[in-house]
Amino acid sequence: MINEKKEKSKWQHFVDWVNGEEAIERPKKISLQKINKKKLIILIRKYIWSRRKKTALHLIMCTFACMVFIGILLHTVSTLPYFGGSTNPASNEVVERYIESGVEETGASNIVTAMILEYRAFDTFGESCILFLAVICVVMLLKKDAAEETEEEKAFDQEEENVILKKVANILTPLLFLFGCYVILNGHISPGGGFSGGAIMGAGLILYACVNGQKSVQRFFTYKTFLRINVISLLAYGILKGYSFFAGANHLPDVIPKGTGWDLLSGGLILPLNICVGMIVMCTVYGFYALFTKGDI
Amino acid sequence: MSNLMTNYYEAAAVILFGIGFMNLLLAKNLIKKFIGLNIMDTAVYLFLAAKGYITARAAPIIAQGTAARVEDYINPVPSGLVLTGIVVSVSVTAFSLALVQRLYKHYGSLDLDEIMKKAKKEEKV
Amino acid sequence: MLIENLLLLFLIVCAILVSITKRLLRAVILFTAYSVVLSIIWIFLQAPDLAITEAAVGTGVTTILFFLTLKKVNEIKGTDDK
Repeated sequence: MINEKKEKSKWQHFVDWVNGEEAIERPKKISLQKINKKKLIILIRKYIWSRRKKTALHLIMCTFACMVFIGILLHTVSTLPYFGGSTNPASNEVVERYIESGVEETGASNIVTAMILEYRAFDTFGESCILFLAVICVVMLLKKDAAEETEEEKAFDQEEENVILKKVANILTPLLFLFGCYVILNGHISPGGGFSGGAIMGAGLILYACVNGQKSVQRFFTYKTFLRINVISLLAYGILKGYSFFAGANHLPDVIPKGTGWDLLSGGLILPLNICVGMIVMCTVYGFYALFTKGDI
Repeated sequence: MSNLMTNYYEAAAVILFGIGFMNLLLAKNLIKKFIGLNIMDTAVYLFLAAKGYITARAAPIIAQGTAARVEDYINPVPSGLVLTGIVVSVSVTAFSLALVQRLYKHYGSLDLDEIMKKAKKEEKV
Repeated sequence: MLIENLLLLFLIVCAILVSITKRLLRAVILFTAYSVVLSIIWIFLQAPDLAITEAAVGTGVTTILFFLTLKKVNEIKGTDDK
């Protein structure tokens, strides 16, 4: 073991450390009486690569590297076009097209929503799939197989004993749901949309579960409902957008009329797509919470 | 230097990115590493959104009854990109925290060095 | 202009404090403060969509996930980050 360590050069140590193969070890305390010259050399070597020295070296090197990194990036920033300038290369003809004919083409007055759900809808579809994949990965990692629960997990089923907290939370939960619905439904005419509204509704569910115990949420939101809402929303999104893909980028003008601008029922496909995304985000957010607490939805 | 004062949003974003990167490298605790990763994420979003901002122009929500002119609104493309990024970053955070919980259950520690040592020991057995 | 600079300075100070603090709980709370201030900055950058999303997702959900993880790994009583 010692011979092996001796043969390794400093560079080899460094390479091993970068690859994560060498764990940092504390030097063993050896009494000073029995040390001969050979052992002394080994000791010094061990000290050089000991934990304290190494962490100090690590710290200095990391700080230096990061400072150099920040310096290079700051130099790059100082040669960028000016902040807030209207002639930046980023504001090119694409932006002009989006803003000037966005309302006419999509019916949505919020250009950001029109962009992410109409012009670049497949991007958002992929993102919804990422959310679904993330929650499925968390299910694989944290879902329990056995039915028995530990004491800690049972605590999440109990009702909150504080009366004020409980009453206030029970009043707030429907208001949060209402606000979430408002944000989702008005996503195309005002700031907001599926992502933020879904997260607000998920937060409402989490508040309800915190106060009334998770058993009370399981009465209407089980693992089966969770999967059904998620899969149906994803499928609906895929089919609605996939149709316009195969029909030569034409949407469903006969089925869902575009409506007049600035109305709630305008924007054609954007409203149903927003609802789909909102449902996916709500299920994902509550799914994360339930899996992180009890390991079961 | 004067350019840095003009591009102060970008400069702050770059500094935040460096701090987050340093946190990611230096912190031994896994949870702190992930907080550093989140700071790096938000720094990138700040940079993107700052590149889309144009002085004295409104948010890209067309007001009713006016003609949509490009001179009145800021660049909507970075906002859309960042909106996508925020939601992806939260799912990445949730996934990594689930992994951290599993690691803690198995090794009983959050320290990366300790986990590596124990994993090595297990490999030898 | 001044308030924007102050908010950006607050972000940098929060980020540095996150990396030098010893307690995990404190680090998570500092990160929450960071997210809240960031959602104000989105308003200054004329991106209200991002402000709402950051306030709901970045501040709410991420913090809840971090706190639940801290509870699961028994760090919530304030043991040191060794």
